[in-house]
Amino acid sequence: MNEIEILVNGKAVVALGDGTILDLLIQIGMAGKRVAVECNREIVPRSTYGERKVCDGDRFEIVVAVGGG
Amino acid sequence: MNGDTLNIAGQAFESRLLVGTGKYRDMEQTRAAVEASGARIVTVAIRRTNIGQSRGEPNLLDVLPPERYTLLPNSAGCYSAEEAIRTLRLARELLDGRSLVKLEVLSDERTLYPNMPETLRAAEVLVSEGFQVMVYCADDPFQAKRLEEIGCVAIMPLASLIGSGMGILNPWNLHLIIENAKVPVLVDAGVGTASDAAIAMELGCDGVLMNTAIASAQNPVLMAEAMRNAVHAGRQAYLAGRMPRKYYAANPSSPNTGLIT
Repeated sequence: MNEIEILVNGKAVVALGDGTILDLLIQIGMAGKRVAVECNREIVPRSTYGERKVCDGDRFEIVVAVGGG
Repeated sequence: MNGDTLNIAGQAFESRLLVGTGKYRDMEQTRAAVEASGARIVTVAIRRTNIGQSRGEPNLLDVLPPERYTLLPNSAGCYSAEEAIRTLRLARELLDGRSLVKLEVLSDERTLYPNMPETLRAAEVLVSEGFQVMVYCADDPFQAKRLEEIGCVAIMPLASLIGSGMGILNPWNLHLIIENAKVPVLVDAGVGTASDAAIAMELGCDGVLMNTAIASAQNPVLMAEAMRNAVHAGRQAYLAGRMPRKYYAANPSSPNTGLIT
């Protein structure tokens, strides 16, 4: 099975080739949680997680809301 | 006081106290303090999720339901316009397209003083992208006016440095900013205790935003209530119009006539 390497929040992650962003969120335990995703500095709309393919070398930022002033 | 709401970008809010959600002991204390403050607008920060470490951890948005509070995402921790813009774009996606944000660009880690050149640059981009920008800024009347001209929906000068609790160091500058502004002016940062919040409101501020003054009090929930009362009392005093200051009272409170001799 082909594997790809991507960066998630600055860390290298090995993911399955041909997977979607939704697959990636499931893999890292964030599916169904309230997150926002940026891929290669572009915002990925939540409605497209199931279609948007993850490609080798993609750089993701996955963020949540935390306490702050 | 009925109907005396804080109006920001066409929305009316019943409280003039805005609170942050950082530095609390846990989620339950956060929830209790926010509730005791009576705040309707609550700030949150946007951070990278800890991959693999956050399973089952309580989510801030579970204790602050977005249908009950207006969540105001901030760009705290950003030192450039680019970082702040990127953070707030992610925030808008995170909060289902809601565009009210708190822009904050800092100059250095020691003082957290507002970085005004980068703040102005970020404000221009964010306003052009349809964000409703509430902006943390220096207590500089000229730059505050520039931010209003760019299209920011609220101007939020610091009273003193973030987290310092030093109170209002330059009431005269704040007064100039309030006098010149057509959008709400809120003191953001520097409040230490209830009297500081009351003084800000007596000066004519439209509201006060604070975090550390509540979260770092010995009893945060009680301080949250004190702040709620202080903001309310300060607002009432402002609307009532204070008596003029005099060097001495030529006119005692008790009658000058009918004295026994």
